[in-house]
Amino acid sequence: MIEVTNLVKRYGDHTAVDHLSFKIEKGKIYGFLGPNGAGKSTTMNIITGYIASTEGKVVIDGHDILEEPEQAKKCIGYLPEQPPLYFDMTVLEYMKFAADLKKIPKSKKMSMIQEVMDMVKISDMKNRLIKNLSKGYRQRVGLAQAVLGYPEVIILDEPTVGLDPKQIIEIRSLIKDLKEKHTVILSSHILSEVSAVCDYVLIISHGKLVASDTPENLGRLAEGSNNLSMLIKGEKNVIREGLDKVEGIKDISLEESSEENTWRVKISTEENMDIREKIFYSMAYVQCPILEMQSKKVSLEEIFLELTEGDGNSAEKDEEKAPGQENQDVTDSAEVHDVNETASEISEEDSGDFQEEDRDMVNAENTENGEKGE
Amino acid sequence: MTAIYKREVKSYMTSMIGYLFIFFMLVLTGIYFTAYQLLAAYPKFEYTLSSMTFAFLIGVPLLTMRVLAEERRQKTDQLLLTSPVSVGEIVLGKYLALVTVYGVAIAITCTYPLIMSKFGEVSFKTAYTAVLGFFLLGCANLAIGVFLSSITESQVIAAVLTFVFLFAFYMMSGISSFFSKTSVSTCIAFGLLIFALSMIFYTMVKNIIISAAVCIVGEVALIIIYVINSSFFEGGIQKFLEIFNISGHFDSFTNGILDVTGIVYFLSVIAVCLFLTIQSISKRRWN
Repeated sequence: MIEVTNLVKRYGDHTAVDHLSFKIEKGKIYGFLGPNGAGKSTTMNIITGYIASTEGKVVIDGHDILEEPEQAKKCIGYLPEQPPLYFDMTVLEYMKFAADLKKIPKSKKMSMIQEVMDMVKISDMKNRLIKNLSKGYRQRVGLAQAVLGYPEVIILDEPTVGLDPKQIIEIRSLIKDLKEKHTVILSSHILSEVSAVCDYVLIISHGKLVASDTPENLGRLAEGSNNLSMLIKGEKNVIREGLDKVEGIKDISLEESSEENTWRVKISTEENMDIREKIFYSMAYVQCPILEMQSKKVSLEEIFLELTEGDGNSAEKDEEKAPGQENQDVTDSAEVHDVNETASEISEEDSGDFQEEDRDMVNAENTENGEKGE
Repeated sequence: MTAIYKREVKSYMTSMIGYLFIFFMLVLTGIYFTAYQLLAAYPKFEYTLSSMTFAFLIGVPLLTMRVLAEERRQKTDQLLLTSPVSVGEIVLGKYLALVTVYGVAIAITCTYPLIMSKFGEVSFKTAYTAVLGFFLLGCANLAIGVFLSSITESQVIAAVLTFVFLFAFYMMSGISSFFSKTSVSTCIAFGLLIFALSMIFYTMVKNIIISAAVCIVGEVALIIIYVINSSFFEGGIQKFLEIFNISGHFDSFTNGILDVTGIVYFLSVIAVCLFLTIQSISKRRWN
């Protein structure tokens, strides 16, 4: 349906979209997910032909957006971030204008406008001036404009921004209804929205596609790595040997804690299984008391954050690693040590959730490096 | 195109601005008509129109300032540019709507020679030739306004720019008399112009070799022409600036001449300005 290959958009030195490629298939709802400034709107503006790309190609239903813009644009209904409304028109006038722009035949025009207005529930407002409408109604008029003419693809840029919770639910169910006849692409920086509405999620960060999958698969990915954080008293070797006997552990990391002869142990399990009891008995067997145990599920949100925010860092790291392979372990361990220090400093001051998360990430890095060292 | 045309005309007629423009033109015509035709009993309507060319300096910016600038500011251009309508159709639709509003004022003005004919003998041919010339002059000015509105998203900047350009064009015959008519000074002026143009060319293509080559080729050609036939350049600055003397091309219409070069000139101005408008909108998409 839509094929995007190697899309690049540069504004001077700034690269807003960086070699983005993906395919959109018929009859599904796609979600563009990414933090603010990730390049979602730019990508949508390029797909709809509002701005041109620096490099790359967009083909819609076999029509290249630059070579055959009119045929390509006919397949698309677009609701930009700010609904493109003329404030001096009434809703009905605006809908008629949009119908004429889309070259809808006169015979179908009025019935189609009525249908679409009923669909988004703006029929009562049809004689009101758009400038007198509330934000929610303006959004609906914009949506009606995008749906008008029943184009094959409907592209919605942050359709629920600025709406009240009731309106959000209504708009979402409306989008779900659109799925029957149309392919829908919507963008959002709200994860719950995307996972509630979309069949397929494309996560974009710094203009790059960092992940694309169904929300279920992304969720499974999240469930796959459960974490346990424990505080265990005893000898380091004894604890490690004891833990090695427990099945289903993927990663173990041990680090000294502030208390004497106690260790902060981080475990990530392989599958969605509960091994807390096993660990308890195993530790009891080697006589190392567990002082604290916390089970933590990695949510979809954390994956999203890690993918979008961590992405820049990991890329930099890779570049750093590439030239000097020999010094790698030294520099890395030093780096991690520094981070650990700051992390523990922070947690001493304030042991909020956020810091804990930070530390978790650091620990994950730590184990990664440890494995490589071996 | 018809969709945009209809919307624009309707928008001028539901807001103040269309009426304000027509009101402004009719008040000025009325004042001059009263002074020359009704009180002084002068039978030539051309005379009234030729005194009125300054009206465009205020009227045109008033009408054209919002035409594309506002579209961009309100982001409604996203709707137009993502619909299956070409940029040319958008610009043409908007331009024709402006011409329609202006045409309403002209149509009312067309009744004035008829009123005069009630009281004496009037040459309809010369009067309506002048009306045609006046209409084309206005259309050319509107095209300039449309182009200047497309390069900015601020209505105020668009209005000021349009006024400044129209004023400079209006004063062009005076401005051109500032310059010396000798072939040496003309040659130097053209040399500087070629240099300036190649500098602009450089900012666009960012290639020093090509722009330097263009500059050198131009300057050398200029010197060769000067050496072969120096009298070629006499009064050259004036001839060059005459191109921009838009209202000057209206003069022969006021003398009752159906000036074909004038008609071609006005149509060319319109075509060039609308072409530049399309280019400036398309260029923005690539930035």
